[in-house]
Amino acid sequence: MAGARYVITSILVSLAMTGAGPVRAQTPAKLPVVATFSILADFARNVGSDRINVAALVGPDGDTHVYQPKPADAKELGAARLIVVNGLGLEGWIDRLIKASGTKASVIVATKGINPQQMREEGRIGPDPHAWQSIANAKIYVANIRDGLIAADPAGEAAYRANAENYLGKLDTLEAEVKREITKIPPGRRQIITTHDAFGYFGTAYGFRFIAPEGVSTETEASARDVAKIIRQIKARKIPAVFLENVTDPRLVRSIAAESGAAVGGTLFSDALSPPDGPASTYIDMMRNNIRELAAALAN
Amino acid sequence: MHDLLIAPFAEFAFMRRALAGSIALAIAGPPLGVFLILRRMALTGDAMAHAILPGAALGYLAAGLSLGPMTLGGLAAGLIVAVGSGVVARTTVLREDASLAAFYLISLALGVTIVSLRGSNIDLLHVLFGSVLALDDATLILLAMIASLTLAALAALYRPLVLETVDASFLASVSKSGGPVQIIFLALVVLNLVGGFHALGTLLAVGMMMLPAASARLITEDMTAMIGLAAAQGILAGYAGLIVSFHAGLPSGPLIILMAGLLYLLALVFGPAGGLLRRLKPGRHLEA
Repeated sequence: MAGARYVITSILVSLAMTGAGPVRAQTPAKLPVVATFSILADFARNVGSDRINVAALVGPDGDTHVYQPKPADAKELGAARLIVVNGLGLEGWIDRLIKASGTKASVIVATKGINPQQMREEGRIGPDPHAWQSIANAKIYVANIRDGLIAADPAGEAAYRANAENYLGKLDTLEAEVKREITKIPPGRRQIITTHDAFGYFGTAYGFRFIAPEGVSTETEASARDVAKIIRQIKARKIPAVFLENVTDPRLVRSIAAESGAAVGGTLFSDALSPPDGPASTYIDMMRNNIRELAAALAN
Repeated sequence: MHDLLIAPFAEFAFMRRALAGSIALAIAGPPLGVFLILRRMALTGDAMAHAILPGAALGYLAAGLSLGPMTLGGLAAGLIVAVGSGVVARTTVLREDASLAAFYLISLALGVTIVSLRGSNIDLLHVLFGSVLALDDATLILLAMIASLTLAALAALYRPLVLETVDASFLASVSKSGGPVQIIFLALVVLNLVGGFHALGTLLAVGMMMLPAASARLITEDMTAMIGLAAAQGILAGYAGLIVSFHAGLPSGPLIILMAGLLYLLALVFGPAGGLLRRLKPGRHLEA
C-alpha cells in the first residue's frame, strides 16, 4: 500500500517538475532530497516540511550496514538536489553509488562537527557511526541539515530556520523527558544486553551500559564462544534484561535470555525507524519508545 | 580433557541444544545422502536446498521469522520442484537432471526476489545460514520429529528403495512401487533439508547430508554399514564442530560442515573401499 502511494506521489512530482512546471511558476516544485536511511529522512522532513520531498534509500526496518543499493536508488540520487548522509563509515556503499549516479546534488554529512566515540569492530577500533542515539548529537544533525537546505534552496531560508528552531525545541523537551525517565531506574540496574552494539552514544549521554553479543556490524555470525561469554557475563554482573532490536536475529537473544535468567525486554529501535503504523515511526517516537521499554524492563 | 570436551556442554544449555539438534540432523540426513550418492543424485540435494527458498521466503513474508509458516512453505516449494521435475522428466525429452536444474533455478530466483520484497535484507542471511546456537524448543521438537519420521520411513521402504537404487529395471519388473518410492524418497530429502535450514541454513544443510554419506561410501561397500557410518560421522562432525566453535570463537554452522569435510578428506585418502591408497589394490564388488 505504502509502495503504491509512493509511486503515485513520484509520478505526481515528476509531472509537476516537467509538463506542469512553467504553468505553475508561483509554486515552484519541491526540492528533491535523498537521505540514506529513515532517521535522517525524518530530520530532513522536519526541517524542510512542505518545501522539500524526502526519500530514504534504506526504508523503515532496513539495515543500513549491509544494504545492497538498487538501480532505482542511483536514479533517485540522480534526480536529487541534496543528499543527506550520516558518515562515520555507516554507509560504506554510498560513495560509489553517488559517483555511479552522476548526480550534481550537494552532499551533507550530518555528523559534521560531532566528536565521534570509538568502538571496537572485528578487533579494530573505529568511529562509532550511531551518533544520533544521543539527543544532543541529533540537534547537531538538525543544524547541519538546516544549513545544507539553506545552501541548496536560499529562497526557503526563513522557513528552514523557523522549522529547525521549532524542531530543536521539541528535541530539548524530549531530552528532558528521557533524563527524567532514567532517574526512575536504580543506578545499579542501568545495564542491558542487546543484539546490536548501536547504543554507545546513548550510554555515554545518559549513563547506561549496553553490552552486545555481536560486534557493531550485523554482518558477523556469532560463535559458540561469543554466546558463552555473554551468558557468563549476564550471570556474573546480574544484568537484569536482554533486549531485541528491529534488525538482528531475535532467536539468538531469546536463547541467551532463557539460559541466563535475564528478562526479555521489548524492541529497541537503533538504526531504522518502524513503518508508519509502528511504535517508532519518527525519531522522537523512537527515542520515547526506547526509554519507555528500558524503564519498563528495569524500573524494579 | 574434561574441560576441553565435556565442560562446554555441561555448563551451557545452548550447547546441549545445539548438540541435540545436530544429532537429530545427523541421524536422518546422512542415510538419505547415502541413497542419493548411490543413485548418482548427489547434486539433487544441493538443487533441492535452493528450491526450498521461495517457499520459506513466502512463509517469512507472511509471518516473519517463525517456525511453522517457513517450514510449511519450504516443504511445499521443495515438493513442487521435486514432483514437477519428475513429471517433466517422464513426459518430455528432458532428462531428470536437466528438468531439475531448470526448476530449481527458477525457484531460487523467485526466492531471492520474494525475500527482497520485504526491503530488509539482513534476514535473508538467517534463512541462508540458520543459527544452530539459537535452537528453541519448537525447533528441536521439529528436528526430532523429522528424524524419527525419516528413520521410520526408511525402515519401511528399505527393501524397495535399495532395489530401486541398485537395479531399477528389476524392481519395475516385479512391482509397481518404483514411482511412489522415488517420490516418497525425494519428499524425505526435502523434509530433512527444511529441518536443516532452521539449524544450519539452506546451504549448509546439504553439507550435513552429503559429506558424511560420501565419506562412508569410501570406507565400506556394505549398504547397512554405510548408512550407520554416515550417521555416526554426521554426529561426530556436529560434536567436533561445536567444540571447535566454542574454543576457537568461530561460527558454529560452517564449522560443523568443515568437520564433516575433514572426515571426508580422511576417508578420501585412507578409505578402505575406494580411497586413494586402496585404489592400487582391486576391491570387492558392491553388495546390496
